[in-house]
Amino acid sequence: MSNGRFHIAIVGAGPAGLSAAARAAHLDRERNASAPSYVLLEGHGAHANTIQRYQKGKHVMAEPGYLDLRSDFEFTAGSREQVLDVWGGNLKAQHVNVRYGAEARKISGSRGDFAIELGSGERVAAEHVVLAIGLEGNPRKLGVPGEDLPGVQYHLDDPDEFEDETIVVVGAGDSAIENALALAKQNDVIIVNRRDEFSRAKDGNLHAVLAAISDPSSRLSCLYGTQPRAIASEGGRMVVVMDTPEGERRISCDRMICRLGGVPPRAFVEGAGVAFPNARPEAIPVLSDRYESNVPGLYIIGSLAGYPLIKQAMNQGFDVVEFIHGHDLEPADHPLLEYQFHGLPFEREVDELLDLFRRRIPMFAELNALAFRELVIESNVIASYPSGELAMHAEQKMAALEQRLGGREPRPRCTRIVEEGATIYRAGDFGTSFFTIVAGEVELRAADASGTVTRLTQGQFFGETSLLSGRPRGEDATAGANCVLIETPRRTMLKLMNSNESVRSGIDWIFVVRELTRHFVPYARVRDLRDIADRVSLRQYRAGEVVFREGEIGDSLHIIRSGGVTLTRKAGDAQVVVAEMRGGARIGDMALMGDPVRRETATATVALETIELKRPEFLELVSRDDASIERLQREASLGATVSAAMAGRPEIGSVMSFLMREGLGEATDVLVIRDDLCIGCDNCEKACAETHEGIARLDRSAGSAFGDIHIPVACRHCEQPHCMKDCPPNAIHRAADGQVFIDSSCIGCGNCEVNCPYGVIKLAYDAPRKPSLLNWLLFGRGPGPGEEGHYVPDEAAKAKGKKARKCDACVDVAGGPACVSACPTGAARRVSPAQFIDLVAVDR
Amino acid sequence: MIHESLLQHRNRRYLWWAVGLVAVSFAVYAVPTGSQPRNGGTWQGYLLGTVAAVLVVWLAWLGVRKRRYGLQGSSVQGWVSAHVYLGTALLVTATLHAGFQIGWNVHSLAYVLMCVVIVSGLYGVYAYLVHPRRVAQSRAGASREELFADLFALDADGRRLAEACDPEVRVAVESSIARTQLGGGVWAQLTARDGSRFVERDATQARGTASAPVANTDQTAVIEFVAARLPRATRRVEASNLQDLLALLTRRQSVLRRLRRDIQLAAALKIWLYVHVPVTIALLGALAVHVLVTFLYW
Ligand SMILES: Cc1cc2nc3c(=O)[nH]c(=O)nc-3n(C[C@H](O)[C@H](O)[C@H](O)COP(=O)(O)OP(=O)(O)OC[C@H]3O[C@@H](n4cnc5c(N)ncnc54)[C@H](O)[C@@H]3O)c2cc1C
Ligand code: HEM
Ligand code: SF4
Ligand code: SF4
Repeated sequence: MSNGRFHIAIVGAGPAGLSAAARAAHLDRERNASAPSYVLLEGHGAHANTIQRYQKGKHVMAEPGYLDLRSDFEFTAGSREQVLDVWGGNLKAQHVNVRYGAEARKISGSRGDFAIELGSGERVAAEHVVLAIGLEGNPRKLGVPGEDLPGVQYHLDDPDEFEDETIVVVGAGDSAIENALALAKQNDVIIVNRRDEFSRAKDGNLHAVLAAISDPSSRLSCLYGTQPRAIASEGGRMVVVMDTPEGERRISCDRMICRLGGVPPRAFVEGAGVAFPNARPEAIPVLSDRYESNVPGLYIIGSLAGYPLIKQAMNQGFDVVEFIHGHDLEPADHPLLEYQFHGLPFEREVDELLDLFRRRIPMFAELNALAFRELVIESNVIASYPSGELAMHAEQKMAALEQRLGGREPRPRCTRIVEEGATIYRAGDFGTSFFTIVAGEVELRAADASGTVTRLTQGQFFGETSLLSGRPRGEDATAGANCVLIETPRRTMLKLMNSNESVRSGIDWIFVVRELTRHFVPYARVRDLRDIADRVSLRQYRAGEVVFREGEIGDSLHIIRSGGVTLTRKAGDAQVVVAEMRGGARIGDMALMGDPVRRETATATVALETIELKRPEFLELVSRDDASIERLQREASLGATVSAAMAGRPEIGSVMSFLMREGLGEATDVLVIRDDLCIGCDNCEKACAETHEGIARLDRSAGSAFGDIHIPVACRHCEQPHCMKDCPPNAIHRAADGQVFIDSSCIGCGNCEVNCPYGVIKLAYDAPRKPSLLNWLLFGRGPGPGEEGHYVPDEAAKAKGKKARKCDACVDVAGGPACVSACPTGAARRVSPAQFIDLVAVDR
Repeated sequence: MIHESLLQHRNRRYLWWAVGLVAVSFAVYAVPTGSQPRNGGTWQGYLLGTVAAVLVVWLAWLGVRKRRYGLQGSSVQGWVSAHVYLGTALLVTATLHAGFQIGWNVHSLAYVLMCVVIVSGLYGVYAYLVHPRRVAQSRAGASREELFADLFALDADGRRLAEACDPEVRVAVESSIARTQLGGGVWAQLTARDGSRFVERDATQARGTASAPVANTDQTAVIEFVAARLPRATRRVEASNLQDLLALLTRRQSVLRRLRRDIQLAAALKIWLYVHVPVTIALLGALAVHVLVTFLYW
């Protein structure tokens, strides 16, 4: 520290900030510094607030397993308490210069001269700033006098800690309701709601809280239309002055729990001058390969920088301080890249290769080095060799590496060697990854009648259709000679698209070109369509929004990019569903081919994206000599016939509209139970539990029914699985046959449970082992099948922590879905969207 | 067609197997036995007997197969379909095996037990084919849990409303809720017998004297009790409370009816298995003795 200015100020004492501070402390010790050259500023009263806020006893996982930890602090998987204790011990032992209760409110300046304004009004000066404030944001404060009194809490650790107190809970969201209900078991609880209803809550919470409020025997009551105005402490208790609809009211209580949501950190970060690539909430600030933002001297690490796991955050903390000190070091994930590049036919250093690759791919040329590096680390690298000696040699080389890694679990990703001519994927496979060609050639053979063959070369990419629409691959992809490919998983790609405009527009553009080619001019070349592709527009609709209406004059058609559309026709007073359309289909083309009047109303079944093609562009396309105009006309007439016929069968339409209301417009594989065959034996649930570690993933008796068709609560394997969106360790995958499943790297964070709109994911402890079938049958030993709801997890299961569980459509069960094969009466069946119409069976 | 019933399974494939088995059984039976009487002792009898015994063991094996979840190759529905058709055919095969000779002995015991199992099985198929639709209709889209949740909510509301009424009404309503009967023993479930009661106390009765509860089947008595008070209400609030109570009690009556029907149907769907399975075990025992005795006294 020179003249009151720190060399480095680290903001946020989460895993990233702690590790950074520890490194700075270490370097100070090496230099025998007399006073710390850095300061760690933490807004809360203790370290690692995000982890403090995990549920009590939560098992913290050290994913990804193949990444080594590089930090002066220790971190291994363990309970929340253990992890926090270890860090507490490290903080003390390494004399880290940390200041608690030092929330940074504003950061200004740049390298050499930063000023950080704290909540207390005090200013801290520093030459460099490391921002490690995570993504959780700070809880929104009450904003009234007394908001920071000791009895006013903004989170709740363990509701069972309090007994026979009077507790005021402020808020109307899910966390407020859940806290209030839990506390009301042994306390008098008053929930204070600013509005007259609980409109933001999930259904389950809503029912529970309303029932508790109206139940005179419960200890929960509610003040509607009420807001706290001031809080004072009086003789160990607190007095809250409230504005109620009947005027002012004073309530005396022991404690207040305020759950008012969080303030996302973005505004604060932008306030420091940091640029974000776009306005999307998921956007990540632009950073250099040294984690430096556009503000010189201001570094960003941890989850705020887009790295969602603790170990990554800690490694970056270490690295960033080394970088600031001018030390050049290879990042901790360097060896991972070595393994990934090991089998490539180039003899070059990792960094050189990275640089070379990036320059070879025009779309990635603009990416910053850090983002590209991250992309490659999360991807598979595939290399093809001519069969024979070369391929064998490469295989041997990889086998030697394998030996060196000595069966390390989990195995880091290594180069995947394939032979020339090998299939990369087949038409019809479900796949969500995205491929970039770094070298060589790849052949794509369309699976439709045209059977066109396209050869792609260095710098081009493919697989974007499945990535964007969630539908199966539409072509066979074959590796050519000596090709090198990067296969990037969906989550990584989406993250990149959200944070980089050039990547997004590049992928959008090629998607449009390829869709236009497929639909209208199968033999055209990309450059022929360049011009038109720039003129069509990408449209987005919310679920329920109307794309066009029956009776309108239409002047465009839509190609569905993702999501689905329901087409309805008026029949008397009713709207009859005549078709359900999905990604890749065209709607409204008749308007451009003969009958300009829309004969159906098109409504988005779920969130929908389309390519809208107007008349002039359409005419330009079909006037080319290679246009498949006959096919277009044939398909349009067929569509018109089908929808006219369907209009005459409203019984099918009503079933369809029920299915669409249930969100099945984005499903790929649904469990449907015929109530007129179901004897309620729950054999399906039992079979599910028995084939899945004792935990059933479906709830037969729940869900909605229409006539005899019952959709139980079970995963429907969405085209674009919502659950995958924010999984920190990327543990959710889609198998080639479409099953969406969770692997063992799940850290139990619960994001997927929240993100799935259909409530099919549950977090649960491992179930105890069951006695063998014979033991149970003959001696009635242990719990019977299907009783997993009531089991008591053993200590080992608790230590392991809860993990997300959902239907995997029996991806590992050779006999196919166990629920279906176990149903004695044939009531349970798995149904694909193409079979929806057949649900309206004629006779059985 | 995506869903098919267990009889329709695979175009009634196992019906044809069963028809075949019956035909072959008759053919074997028709072969002249020479001087011997037609019974289990002839070679024809042994042949039919072996087939029948193997079939019984295989039929009983369903209990195990059903619980071996996630097995490859066959579906439980296929097994049940075959079970049902071949099990029925067994009646013919076994009868022909016995040559219609029934007496008071261990051999006939096995036969009778088998008949009981088969007859109960036939009822089971009937129940499986007919009741599910009724269950669905009576629940009308709600699950049993939801019906119970409705009932509990109505109970709570009922108690609250009754609180505001005079003591007689309060006692009547509270006791009618407390003494509502649902389910019960197997017989009560199957017959949907309703032993609900409530305490009727009229205003002239001295305070503190206990009144015996009276029958309140289908909640009609308590509804009539409340309805009867209505015309005699003296205050506006009282009348409106009673009206609310009346509406609530009739709603509660209909929920109870649906629940009772649901329980009844669920019981009917299961009850036969309490005959089918234990008698199967007895049958397996009797069959073993039958075989043993036959060979011992050969
Ligand atoms: C429920 C849940 C379970 C999870 N489980 C796991 C797991 O098992 N394994 C795993 O690897 N990852 C897990 N994660 C992810 C993990 O928590 C994050 O990746 C990690 O905490 C990110 O670390 P960080 O240091 O970047 O930010 P954070 O941990 O969020 O730390 C930020 C710190 O900055 C402080 N702060 C914020 N704003 C200010 C300010 N203005 N001034 C001063 N201080 C400020 C905060 O109080 C906090 O202490 C889980 C996440 C959740 C939500
Ligand atoms: C001797 C002959 C038979 C024997 C030994 C036998 C035995 C069994 C056994 C052990 C079960 C398993 C019950 C369970 O574990 O839940 C069963 C189920 C069943 N049996 Fe039979 N059975 C016989 C004949 C029949 C016949 C003739 C029919 C119908 C015509 C029939 C219909 C059924 C049905 C419908 C089931 C229920 C399947 C289920 O719910 O999973 N059985 N039987
Ligand atoms: S878990 Fe939910 S979001 Fe994920 S695929 Fe299944 S239904 Fe869709
Ligand atoms: S709980 Fe869900 S989102 Fe979180 S790690 Fe597990 S699978 Fe991923």
